[in-house]
Amino acid sequence: MTQFGSYALEVPEPLEASPDPWAAESGREIYLDLSDSNIPPVAAYLIRRFSARLAAVFAEDRCAQEGRFYNYYVFEHPADPRYLLVRAPIPAASPVFPSLAAPIPAVNWQEREIQDWFGLTAKGHPNPRRVALHDNWPDVHPMRKDFAIETVLPPFVGIQHVYRPTLGEGVFQIPVGPVHAGIIEPGHFNFAVAGEPILYLQLRMFYTHKAIEKRFEQLPLSRGVFLAESISGDSSFSHGVAFCQAIETAAGVVIPRLAQRMRTVLLELERVYNHVADIGAIATDVGFVVANAHASRLREMIFSLNEDLTGNRLLRGMVCPGGVRRDWNRDQIENLPRTLLTFERECKELMAIIESSDSTRDRLERTGILSPDKARDLGIVGVAGRASGVDRDVRRDHPYAAYDGMSVTAPVYQEGDVLRRVMVRADEITESLRLIRAIELSSGEFRVPLPPLPADRCALSAVEGWRGEILHWIRTGSQNRLERCKIKDPSLNNWPGLVEAVQGNIVPDFPVINKSFNLSYSGTDR
Amino acid sequence: MFKILNNTLRTGIVTIGYPDAPAVVSERFRGAPQFDFERWRDARAAAEACPTEAISIVESDNSRRVTVDYGLCIFCGQCAEANTDGAIQITRQFELATNERRDLVLTGEYSLNSDGSHNQLKDVQRGLAAPEGNIERLEQKVSERINQVLGGSLAIREVDAGSCNGCELEISALSNPIYDLERLGIHFVASPRHADMLLVTGPVTRNMELALWKTYQATADPKVVVAVGACGISGGIFGRNYATVGGVNEVVPVDVYIPGCPPRPEALLYGILLAVGRFKQNQSPTSRPEMNSVAQASQPQKGGGE
Repeated sequence: MTQFGSYALEVPEPLEASPDPWAAESGREIYLDLSDSNIPPVAAYLIRRFSARLAAVFAEDRCAQEGRFYNYYVFEHPADPRYLLVRAPIPAASPVFPSLAAPIPAVNWQEREIQDWFGLTAKGHPNPRRVALHDNWPDVHPMRKDFAIETVLPPFVGIQHVYRPTLGEGVFQIPVGPVHAGIIEPGHFNFAVAGEPILYLQLRMFYTHKAIEKRFEQLPLSRGVFLAESISGDSSFSHGVAFCQAIETAAGVVIPRLAQRMRTVLLELERVYNHVADIGAIATDVGFVVANAHASRLREMIFSLNEDLTGNRLLRGMVCPGGVRRDWNRDQIENLPRTLLTFERECKELMAIIESSDSTRDRLERTGILSPDKARDLGIVGVAGRASGVDRDVRRDHPYAAYDGMSVTAPVYQEGDVLRRVMVRADEITESLRLIRAIELSSGEFRVPLPPLPADRCALSAVEGWRGEILHWIRTGSQNRLERCKIKDPSLNNWPGLVEAVQGNIVPDFPVINKSFNLSYSGTDR
Repeated sequence: MFKILNNTLRTGIVTIGYPDAPAVVSERFRGAPQFDFERWRDARAAAEACPTEAISIVESDNSRRVTVDYGLCIFCGQCAEANTDGAIQITRQFELATNERRDLVLTGEYSLNSDGSHNQLKDVQRGLAAPEGNIERLEQKVSERINQVLGGSLAIREVDAGSCNGCELEISALSNPIYDLERLGIHFVASPRHADMLLVTGPVTRNMELALWKTYQATADPKVVVAVGACGISGGIFGRNYATVGGVNEVVPVDVYIPGCPPRPEALLYGILLAVGRFKQNQSPTSRPEMNSVAQASQPQKGGGE
């Protein structure tokens, strides 16, 4: 038995002496090297013994330096604030790794992404088709270092997507997208229906893939935060913070307490504006538009507050590596609780209106059920996870910014329907407002200078975005650049949950079920 | 029911007056940076700080050409922080939409001192360095025709051609009770077949290129296309790469460009109304001098590039 933080592991081989700089211990994460054949038994053991969750799987191209690729497996469990990163080398000469997708369906898409981006084969994957590259793309692996980001690909040929056939008497297919009827992001849904009920939904995402991870490798570090803010527009601040935290960890910088508090306030404001808008949008999708009128007005209230605090309605241009870019004067600090008081009162009225509407409740309750078992198996995170019994919250389990010692309460429901996803949001708004009030703001130091980053430092950063767990993992390079920046948006975990939740529901309920998850296409596609 | 009615009555009217009345914008709103080319002593720090290379410099023979492209600007304010001589001021200006891509570009020519700082401003021009790749508009004065045909009403089909969803948040905010687009006879429609205008966000990804083109083809003539945000105009911070083709005008002809990251709802409204010829470029609907400051600063001082 060897002890790794809270993880007691029977490591089946002598541990490779983790060569510095790889082992850079930040206290926020634990690294472990294993051979790829040991990954499946160790993963199974961690999940069984610690109820650990495999949060992310990703690859890195180190062919130029070490003649091999690496796969990273990120585990976490609520009793240990640290994340465990298990690394397995994959020789360039035989680019194959054992698939975990059959026992751990949560990594289905992520393993297929590794196949597409890096050209490594997930051996034994139950559904090894392309996921990130559409079927009409040429045979390229854009995340490999020998693939230049500027490469102009030849015109795409062939069928964009080949769907699995859904056959049977009276079975129809309804193709939707990528250009949708509303003002939403592009993706393609292929519904198989028999009458009204949905039998099977196939998703094709990655329409908005814009090479963000590769772009991070190109940009000077100081510009990276602005790219991070554009990963997913409604999570600009969360992704910005996740990115900055990773840089700060790699640089060994501790930011001022005031900056951590200010970040926490803004992270919660981002959660609040998205949650209230979602509650309104869900009401709209069941025909209760008055509620949405109030909800969108309330979102504007927070947008104005955002603008007052950061100069931008979406909280952009505020966070920076080393802290925040500007502090708040007395007026701003005093305006904050005043606005939130009005907001809270009106928000309660909004919820009272919604709760008083029996027809709304009727449409939301027992609609789009995602059972706790499925949610756990699929690795569902955030709002959707907590509505289906997955009691995880990065703020509480792996505290960052000012959350340490704030005792965050995470609402958890077991029913997993649209109504519970609304209730999780409503509860979280109340909790966010409580957290913001509990934070003491003052004047003082809000930014520390960042020293030049040493090369080859690795760092993981986790943030509970309003949708759920956001992960950024970086390896620094020379000349203030990044060698690799892995982005894991919670949407990537949660899309398969939507597929499960819609089954057996009628097509007209799809919009409301989809909205209750409200996943980011851009965050998924990157 | 009574509760709902009571709540609605108590809330009252929340809709803003813009464009008939001035927009109410927070003091701290970060709008367009304004450049005082005469006073600017050294552009290098600002160019280095700009995350999207909206400020770029080309040097040759003891002279420097500084290009400022509002079509790339994400309004982060880094340039004003990095620049020390006060020549860059962050304004609250948001009415920046233009009919021509090149109108978003300013160019200054300087002779240099031996330490690389600016010696003398030789020339300032607007629109000289128009980026390549603009598709020529086939139909001139489309906007006038649209206004004639439609009598001011307008149906918009929004197309997300690859955006981060930031622009979509602000576009959907146009329909909320604060901005209430429908009071101006404008509404969003579900199909391009019903639309007069395509409001397109970007960068256009390779995966959305065909879908955007098909949507454009499906829209009945006469039609206008509006490119929204830094990414819709130029590809923004994503630029062009294996997965994106850049701005909307790489795929379909564009009539109006709305800078911003994302443009605030009033900025969108300004651009949309400009596109249908309800007023002219550089003419602020609110006639507030402050709102026109950037437009004035960007007027050609010598010669002129148009």
